[in-house]
Amino acid sequence: MTTQTGAPTLTLAKALGAGLRRAMTDDPTVMVLGEDIGRLGGVYRVTDGLQAEFGPRRVVDTPLAESGILGTAVGLAYRGYRPVVEIQFDGFVYVAFDQIVSQLAKMHARTRGAVKLPVTIRIPVAGGIGAAEHHSESPEAYFVHTAGLRVVSVSNPQDASTVLRQAITCDDPVVFFEPKRLYHVKGEVDADLPLADAPPMAAARVVRPGDDVTLVTFGSHVATALDAATAASDEGVSVEVVDLRSLSPIDHDTIAASVRRTGRLVVLHEGPRQAGVGAEIATSVTERCFDFLEAPPVRVTGYDIPYPPAKLEGNQVPDLDRVLVGIDRVLGRAGVGSGVGSGVEVGA
Amino acid sequence: MPSTMGSTSRDDLSRAGAARAETASGTTDGTTTDNTNGSTGTTTAGTAGAARPGDLPLRLLDEKGVRHPDPALDRWLTDVDGGTEGARAALLALYEDMVVARRIDAEATALQRQGELALWPPLQGQEAAQVGSATALRSDDFVFSSYREHAVARKRGVAPVDLLRVWRGITASGWDPYAVNMATPQVIIGAQALHGVGYALGIQADVERGVVEPGDDGTAAVVAYVGDGAMSQGDVNEAFVFAATWQVPLVLFCQNNQWAISEPVTLQSGVPLVRRADGFGVPGVRVDGNDVLAVLAVTREALHRARTGGGPTFVEAVTYRMGPHTTADDPTRYRDASELDAWAERDPIARLAAYLRAGGLLTDDDEARVRAAADAVAAELRAGVVALEDPPPLSVFDHVYAEPHPTVAAERAEHAAYLAGFDDATDTTSDRAEGADR
Repeated sequence: MTTQTGAPTLTLAKALGAGLRRAMTDDPTVMVLGEDIGRLGGVYRVTDGLQAEFGPRRVVDTPLAESGILGTAVGLAYRGYRPVVEIQFDGFVYVAFDQIVSQLAKMHARTRGAVKLPVTIRIPVAGGIGAAEHHSESPEAYFVHTAGLRVVSVSNPQDASTVLRQAITCDDPVVFFEPKRLYHVKGEVDADLPLADAPPMAAARVVRPGDDVTLVTFGSHVATALDAATAASDEGVSVEVVDLRSLSPIDHDTIAASVRRTGRLVVLHEGPRQAGVGAEIATSVTERCFDFLEAPPVRVTGYDIPYPPAKLEGNQVPDLDRVLVGIDRVLGRAGVGSGVGSGVEVGA
Repeated sequence: MPSTMGSTSRDDLSRAGAARAETASGTTDGTTTDNTNGSTGTTTAGTAGAARPGDLPLRLLDEKGVRHPDPALDRWLTDVDGGTEGARAALLALYEDMVVARRIDAEATALQRQGELALWPPLQGQEAAQVGSATALRSDDFVFSSYREHAVARKRGVAPVDLLRVWRGITASGWDPYAVNMATPQVIIGAQALHGVGYALGIQADVERGVVEPGDDGTAAVVAYVGDGAMSQGDVNEAFVFAATWQVPLVLFCQNNQWAISEPVTLQSGVPLVRRADGFGVPGVRVDGNDVLAVLAVTREALHRARTGGGPTFVEAVTYRMGPHTTADDPTRYRDASELDAWAERDPIARLAAYLRAGGLLTDDDEARVRAAADAVAAELRAGVVALEDPPPLSVFDHVYAEPHPTVAAERAEHAAYLAGFDDATDTTSDRAEGADR
């Protein structure tokens, strides 16, 4: 199916596959490794058809060991390859933590720039899909906290395709988060978009302009934020939505430019609040824009609890109403759940 | 993708033979039945059970330096066995490499004691395991090691002073890995084994893509060095699995030096480490790690298998860490002096010297020349280390990323401004200028 622009409409999962196909075609050193990615095409079918097209030497089913996968990728990159590894679910990445944090992230600095490890780690991320334990984690803060890694999260099919190709061509290791809730979301995708024409991987994007509140988010919650902005506009509040896209580095300039106009910041993410990406952004905005702020920054996030069982996950994943409550708080407006005027210290 | 497990090729590596060390009897340390490793039953992880043929370390030189024939191994040693002048030179080269390695080690320990190094992990006792295995390598092979493989690194071409840079605390890598085809020391125990698997997988892929041509004796190969403690790490066990699945050209070379800091190898394994390999479908061989000729032979055989499509091999070199784990360690707290005495009688350098002397291959003049060469290396090392300067402060921001990163750039500028606050107009400006260019 194509649209009037000629770009096909693809799901985000298919867009990722198209990006991988493009990257593998462009560069014979790109290899894809992971569990069940060959004949099955991955549990989310992102690599569907790639092994048939590129062969089992370039699309490699690995033994079931995440540290083994990452350690192998480090060695392949040492030899000059550009491995793209798939971690099957967010909660499975922790067993590969040393290889990512102590090896992959540090090798370039350790070797004074002699060894580049352009490894891309694709991780299906976050919840909201009624999954089992360890299948709904938001571990981005661990990696944002690690020098040497770049971290990105995509919110739409075009970015999925383009940013993945940028990640693969980047000479640094990149942790690439794919929100599971978006795998089946469709959009126009130009899988052959010249990377020179794409915005830089590290650039945030204002996806909805506004004047009263800056709402910064990423991944699947860009959609939540846009819904909240629409709802807020019904009440006469103009919300500017920023899709962060890159979590390391963070595009502080784009955020600060917005907050200097709106004077109010709400940060939205699903991962736990404590020392999360929202904490970094709120602090940075406070440091950079203190004189422009009309109210303290507000974080709308997952709570600092283990991710709940499926039937209870709605308590953890921020939804439209929790974002609207956050907007009420930053505007100092009393509203249901806002905490304003109730004596409850929200966000403390 | 080849998926056959390495169920073949155990033939000549697992044979029993007259040349085997007479000492092992199903012990994890490969020592005699009088169990000199000092461990009492309290730390034994299991029972070794009856000895198996493969438990006996392969040996060509006994503790008196007497050479025993073993046709299966001897065929890998024609260059040192021929009795020719070339063979003598090759043997003397092995000897010199071992003597120089020990001399570097002693000098580094002294430099640490004198405050010139922050730390040093001595290799004393492991010279044969390292020199023998490294001598088997081709220049296009690649090595991943832990932090004690100084003799291997020197054999790869690393300058002695570069061996010590890390331990002086001025860098995390003393050399460019690609300049000598050896990664810089890995501190996380066992992590490098997987890097070896990946690199070897890359060699396979290179050959399949036709971007490298195999040499006359096959493709390049990888040696990943680990210790006995690392054999308990998940990464090393995963490396076995991955290497076996893909049949990559890899030699997993374990220097079982009996001790992981204070933990005897019996705490890591109730059976000889070599037996682990079989469960992964990887050919395994146990060799007397203090016999440089046997180590050279088994490593050459393992590399030959790797180069010619035979997949990975596990080598357990039974040796002994005669010194402390590092200069910060005190082994008298956990092992008996009698154990060291027993292993001193199996000293790898004395053993080769006895063999060479008996054959008239090592004269007093040779010995004097080797000692002088070792002293010269040590003197050069000392002078070089003492002259090493601390890198400029802002270099800590270098190379964090390969491509520009605004956060690191901003923090670099912040720290530069902070440092500049201490300037008295003429101070440290050159440092800042140097940093700013990077």
